[in-house]
Amino acid sequence: MAEIHLKQLAHSYSDNPQGHKDYAIREMDHVWEKGGAYALLGPSGCGKSTLLNIISGLVTPSEGQILFDGHEVNSLTPQQRNIAQVFQFPVIYDTMSVYDNLAFPLRNVGKSEAEISAKVKDISYMLELENVLKKKAKNLTADEKQKVSMGRGLVRDDVSAILFDEPLTVIDPHLKWKLRRKLKQIHEQFNITMVYVTHDQLEASTFADKIAVMYGGQVVQFGTPRELFEKPEHTFVGYFIGSPGMNFFDANFQQNELYLDGHQIALSKEMKSKLAITPYNNLKLGIRPEFVEVLEADSPLLSQLNSDDANTKAALLDSCENCFKCEVQVVSDLGTYKIVSLKLGNTEFKARLPEEQAVPNGSVYVRFPGNWLKVYADEYLVD
Amino acid sequence: MSLTLEKITKVVDGELHINDVNLNFEPGSFNVLLGRTLAGKTTLMRLMAGLEKPTSGRVLMNGADMTGVPVRQRNVSMVYQQFINYPNLSVYDNIASPLRLAGDDKQTIDRKVRETAEILRIENFLTRMPLELSGGQQQRTAMARALIKDADLILFDEPLVNLDYKLREELRQEMRELFKVRNTIAVYATTEPNEALALGGTTTVLHEGRAIQYGETAEVYNFPDTVACAELFSEPPLNLTKGEISDSEVTLDQATHFPLNADLAGLGRGNYIFGVRPSHLALFPVNEDDLEISVKVELAEISGSETFLHVRNKHLSLVLHLTGIYQYEVDAPIKVYMPTHKIFVFDEDGKILKVPTRLPIVNQTGQVSGGLQHG
Repeated sequence: MAEIHLKQLAHSYSDNPQGHKDYAIREMDHVWEKGGAYALLGPSGCGKSTLLNIISGLVTPSEGQILFDGHEVNSLTPQQRNIAQVFQFPVIYDTMSVYDNLAFPLRNVGKSEAEISAKVKDISYMLELENVLKKKAKNLTADEKQKVSMGRGLVRDDVSAILFDEPLTVIDPHLKWKLRRKLKQIHEQFNITMVYVTHDQLEASTFADKIAVMYGGQVVQFGTPRELFEKPEHTFVGYFIGSPGMNFFDANFQQNELYLDGHQIALSKEMKSKLAITPYNNLKLGIRPEFVEVLEADSPLLSQLNSDDANTKAALLDSCENCFKCEVQVVSDLGTYKIVSLKLGNTEFKARLPEEQAVPNGSVYVRFPGNWLKVYADEYLVD
Repeated sequence: MSLTLEKITKVVDGELHINDVNLNFEPGSFNVLLGRTLAGKTTLMRLMAGLEKPTSGRVLMNGADMTGVPVRQRNVSMVYQQFINYPNLSVYDNIASPLRLAGDDKQTIDRKVRETAEILRIENFLTRMPLELSGGQQQRTAMARALIKDADLILFDEPLVNLDYKLREELRQEMRELFKVRNTIAVYATTEPNEALALGGTTTVLHEGRAIQYGETAEVYNFPDTVACAELFSEPPLNLTKGEISDSEVTLDQATHFPLNADLAGLGRGNYIFGVRPSHLALFPVNEDDLEISVKVELAEISGSETFLHVRNKHLSLVLHLTGIYQYEVDAPIKVYMPTHKIFVFDEDGKILKVPTRLPIVNQTGQVSGGLQHG
């Protein structure tokens, strides 16, 4: 197994690339540690397949280097790189038995039958294929076939890395989580560098210790599932991760104060000085639906807010940091939780509430807790 | 227009595909058919459309028997899983095609095509060919074609299943808006409980060719009649375990005990099936009467903003649905907490006996419904 270093790597399919738009992969520098479990996550067309092909050796990058344990492998074939791949659809020999399928990669490198037998036994036990070893591969179910496909990748212990390209596509939904568990177990046991390519946030977050979220040929964030959720570094990550995604509001920064829809937002001194020196074309505030607080009907604050005395109200709103009056648009009861669509000024946004919290019609007060309210300048987090 | 299915049965090659289904859909209603693959959703829709004839039973529209009337003589639209458009026609011509068939004049067609395209947000792609569009835009085109002809009945057969989840999220929300003002009956088949809940309206739970429960979506979700319905209408599925109630305690799977509480006392001694929603289990005790259970983590499935935690011990196998991100190693030992006052109880045949008492819930029209004791 190997550490994979993408060094100032970029790729363009054009001979004479002019600007960003001509690059399938824009310049990046990433180190994928030995034995790590990584995912490449992004929508179709984001460049993740190109990057996977560059790592495996099917595509030679037009710029930069790809290093395995410090050695450049740009011009090496997939075989020379010693990479195992598992694809969307099972790649197995239909007419061979499961045993022979699993033994094949070992026979190729001239292992003795005794070694092979021991290894196949191990792998088939782990993948729960012991009972079908004698069966012809064509007589297997779709998920058994894909397990054989994985087994062929795992059977050699000298591989630099295993690459998975949407490996669970053909698996029955009810069985998917079992295979996900298998993959985790295998990783924990063997500590092989694994890279998992998918457009599905559940696949990526369940499998990987660290996820590279790709968008427009760039890795816009490289972080743990928790980091992607709690601290998106790019608005695309906020949007793409989570259902529903992060809410965004246009904001403006004037005379050292930040405003959302005319309301001043509480901001630390550090953030203010940072914003003052950050160049940008657009400024946004983002908060996830899970972190929006809708004040409950019986909260003391709310009863005071609903009082008739305008002065009391104004004073209260001032003292309640990042509190806003919003209009309820739609309440969607999803059983285990509710999604409330709200409108603040002209911007629609969503709040996720526990199933037992009641939501009144008309106006409500919401609070955006400061630690969950993020500032984005030209789509990137200001931190 | 109303649509009534009366004792509909469909047998194919000696196999019972639809088994004595009785349903009534009101004009302007949005109706979800929820069931697993092969539950009979597609067959039932084809029977409603007139693409197939029932083996027995009647299909009534506005009270008139339409059982033998072929699809061409009914005003029905259908949207499928696959994005079906005419590949050699522009998006404009695709959307216009039903009106051209009906012989509408050019001006009317133009106005309606542009209106419908705008509703589905494809007004900027009218001159493109379908295959030049993304999957989401292709499906929007197919939907526009279904919507434009003001059909009495529109059937959606898992229309979002081939789209990625972000598009699904968007279109799901639009579907509700789309049908708010229409007089059309919409029937929407899905395998996903969350989709049914998001769409609202009514839900019919289909299981092995039978309509096992029918009602307002939130009602069916909150008050399942049977184990089958509770399982089907919960993703991840309701946690179920056999157990018994004695004079003083409740025992789950002969091993996990807790004192009999007021909630379950009325049921009497005997054997039961107990169920707990994955979202009601927690990693920390929430109430005094929560039951602590030691388990091992099978897998933490993380979906961006939520975690589905699969755990088990010698006796119980449970799934927790948690908000936020919780990462665990496979086989990590942890404790989980079960709220003993939020337990569904079924008899040994799977019929509901007790729905847990919940706090009042507010439905989509803002009315409070409460007093939730069934059976």
